[in-house]
Amino acid sequence: MTIESLAQAAYLIAALLFVLALASLAKHETAKAGNAYGMAGMAVALVATVVLAVDRHVESLGLILIGVAMVAGGAVGLWRARVVQMTGMPELIAVLHSFVGLAAVMVGWSGYLLVEGGSNPAEAAALTASGTLGIHHAEVFIGVFIGAVTFTGSIVAYGKLSGRMASQPLMLPGKNILNVGALALFVALTIWFCASPHLWLLVAVTAVALALGWHLVASIGGGDMPVVVSMLNSYSGWAAAASGFLLDNDLLIVTGALVGSSGAYLSYIMCKAMNRSFISVIAGGFGVAAATGVDAEYGEHREMSAAQVAELLNAATSVIITPGYGMAVAQAQYGVAELTRKLREHGTNVRFGIHPVAGRLPGHMNVLLAEAKVPYDIVLEMDEINDDFADTDVVLVIGANDTVNPAAETDPSSPIAGMPVLRVWHANDVIVFKRSMASGYAGVQNPLFFNHNSAMLFGDAKDRVEDIVRAL
Amino acid sequence: MIIGVLREALSGETRVAATPETVDKLIGLGYQVVIDAGAGDASAFSDEAFIAAGAVIGEAAEADIVFGINSPSQGQLDRMRPGSTLICLMSPAVHPDRLADLAGRGVTALAMDAVPRISRAQSLDVLSSMANIAGYRAVIEAANAFGRFFTGQVTAAGKVPPAKILVAGVGVAGLAAIGTAGGMGAVVYATDPRPEVADQVSSLGGTYLPVASGEVEVSSTGYAKEMSDDYNERAASLYATWAPDVDIIITTALIPGRQAPILITADMVASMKRGSVIVDMAAANGGNVEGTVPGESIVTANGVTIIGYTDLPGRLAAQASQLFGTNLVNLMKLLTPGKDGRLVLDWEDAVQRGITVARDGQVTWPPPPVQVSAAPEQVANAVPVPQPVSASRPMSPTRRFASIAAGAAVLLLLVAAAPAALRVHLTVFALAIVIGYYVIGNVHHALHTPLMSVTNAISGIIVVGALLQIGHGNAAITVLSFAAILLASINVFGGFAVTRRMLSMFSRS
Repeated sequence: MTIESLAQAAYLIAALLFVLALASLAKHETAKAGNAYGMAGMAVALVATVVLAVDRHVESLGLILIGVAMVAGGAVGLWRARVVQMTGMPELIAVLHSFVGLAAVMVGWSGYLLVEGGSNPAEAAALTASGTLGIHHAEVFIGVFIGAVTFTGSIVAYGKLSGRMASQPLMLPGKNILNVGALALFVALTIWFCASPHLWLLVAVTAVALALGWHLVASIGGGDMPVVVSMLNSYSGWAAAASGFLLDNDLLIVTGALVGSSGAYLSYIMCKAMNRSFISVIAGGFGVAAATGVDAEYGEHREMSAAQVAELLNAATSVIITPGYGMAVAQAQYGVAELTRKLREHGTNVRFGIHPVAGRLPGHMNVLLAEAKVPYDIVLEMDEINDDFADTDVVLVIGANDTVNPAAETDPSSPIAGMPVLRVWHANDVIVFKRSMASGYAGVQNPLFFNHNSAMLFGDAKDRVEDIVRAL
Repeated sequence: MIIGVLREALSGETRVAATPETVDKLIGLGYQVVIDAGAGDASAFSDEAFIAAGAVIGEAAEADIVFGINSPSQGQLDRMRPGSTLICLMSPAVHPDRLADLAGRGVTALAMDAVPRISRAQSLDVLSSMANIAGYRAVIEAANAFGRFFTGQVTAAGKVPPAKILVAGVGVAGLAAIGTAGGMGAVVYATDPRPEVADQVSSLGGTYLPVASGEVEVSSTGYAKEMSDDYNERAASLYATWAPDVDIIITTALIPGRQAPILITADMVASMKRGSVIVDMAAANGGNVEGTVPGESIVTANGVTIIGYTDLPGRLAAQASQLFGTNLVNLMKLLTPGKDGRLVLDWEDAVQRGITVARDGQVTWPPPPVQVSAAPEQVANAVPVPQPVSASRPMSPTRRFASIAAGAAVLLLLVAAAPAALRVHLTVFALAIVIGYYVIGNVHHALHTPLMSVTNAISGIIVVGALLQIGHGNAAITVLSFAAILLASINVFGGFAVTRRMLSMFSRS
């Protein structure tokens, strides 16, 4: 038993703890324990690695730097985690993805400098002897590429989510050719690099990947961000896995694969919830060409005052609230929670219906409602609640639009045709909170607003909800 | 602008086009309201009540906008000013001369009986609101003339069977009649050429009787249309079968602007039991029953009462006035976009175009056709529904198997060609992906955000790589690794901490 073999064993334990952590997220009851498993796994891995580094005769300066970097990084991380607003979760997640991407780029570059750069001739000689030097070239290249795409992609996603960049898709001419061209260039450069590992090739691929990541996400609109964020989640995993191949480290490979498939699965759920293929999301530009939908005559909408809505709610025995991104924008979740509490005290059956793509992050609405102390057992998924609308007195649509659009089911020519939606229109009364009659992200007019059982409540969702709470 | 509310000139009309309540709303829209003295007397609204609501008693016909139930009398018309607007029932299809007369006077005429049947115009559709009242009243009239209980009873004095009622035509009036009769305990049957009303009938507790025919009516205007001879024969045999069996028949078959079709022939009336009652709600247009006398209630030789009242809504005068008045208020809301008491006609709006039958000296009837909301279901069926382009169509088992086999073959070649060290890693990688897929598939939807932050944290595991690279003599590598450790540590600590914070917020009720 050596330090090396002990470290390998510790890595296996850490990997299993990570699997356990993810598995525990299956239920609310075990989720907290899952997070603890994750932390334990990480602690095991870090301790083992530091011990291994010492065993490999790390310089004392290196050891000091490790300490400084981890303390500083840890402090920043804990500080951000404490102060972040729940509405700002998507931005935080995007930034964290970019860090993984950048770290992967740096690890790749270090790997190059170590072996190909001649800083560690012993390892280079060993690789040459085993005939895997070419593989090492490719691993460096792939790791740097995925890492760089993740980095700039996440930075752009962060910019769009935080409003620092315009959220509408960037429409460069021939954008799909640009993306495919960048991929082709990457393949060509990889082959070249395997043949002769020049430094400038690595610089070139880093530049290409940074540009590709930036362009890829810049051409996707703000409303597709749930897909983009989970896609970048996936990329950050693959970047870690690629580093694992580079460093011969199974823990990195396993963790990277777990994270990668997690992100991919989330992207898949999101795409399914929008009835769109992953390719079409990546190809981007949704909502721009969509305005071609038939400009049909929908007619008049009906308006209602907060007091009238309060009256309606007083008389109702079952209420479903379907929130969307607009609720997060207006910071209305606390008012909604207060409204829910009051109605429940009154004996009304209040539930929430959450569409999978509501918000800017998978599960975003659940977190916002949880923050406002809405019990999670009345927050239901679309599939769980969709059949119950017919028996519901009042539905409050707060800041949602495309996810409650009946055109998705009735109008085959609609750009969102076939997208599963919350069937709110089956309820007796539907109250739509909206700032104006503007169309939703997909640029599709919503016939729901003109239904005879729908009424609009205009204004800032937060103010209106508070008006209702007062009037109850 | 000033709105004038006429005292109805038509003899027997009990309704009035505004009530104190609607006057208040009209004033809220910025209008002044003038009302003829005694206009509301027949519907139990006193002049004082109108004054209390803010109206002025005066000469209504001289106002800018004139409200009526029926078309005004000649005298009232003569007092109207050119450029004013008249809003009332006009039967434009039956009385083209009336429209020409109004156009000649320079009056803009809005016919309340020409509201297109589209969802958003429902709030101003007086034909529906009046038909609803008429349907109710028809049952009341029938009950009055019918000398027996509606509901079945078992009493000490013996058993009383429930009355059987047949409603012909399931429009608004028919549905109201079904609901009312059902509520009074009768057994209700209903028939209509449109099979889709079957659900509506059963929702009100009635039984739908389909006419055995291949012909299905698809209405594009929302109103009934005339059916073919074949259909009519089959319908007639249905009525002939049921007439002797039921106690009460209520007919509601009206086709706008036409003579009402005869549904119940004299033979069928003769086949009915003594004491039976027929209410012919189409009497004003000639009647659905042979022998109907419009406006009268008659008894046939075999003791069947045929009620042909044409003023059924007016028999609930106050309520009918209130609903009619509210329809008018809703129309004025549409016509007063500024809520400033100024009437603006939007010629592009299908509803406003549809009801305007005379304007600027021209007769503007009939309006261009409007596709109504009753039709889309059929339209949708007629148009081949394009399959949404998605990959969700399940593959055939053969293709599925083939693609799996192809993928396996490619993977086999790749891994076989890879060096030994890489093969082990690939094995680990592939298995980890599979585990990841199944584990993540079980994660609760509500926990997807914590899932992302926890995967953020664990993907900070990349720190392991940097930890092993740092501090081996090369300054560049040390700098890069230092930065990588710093960033990855933010991920690790930040990710776990924020996950913890989020999870602690989730609570059960």
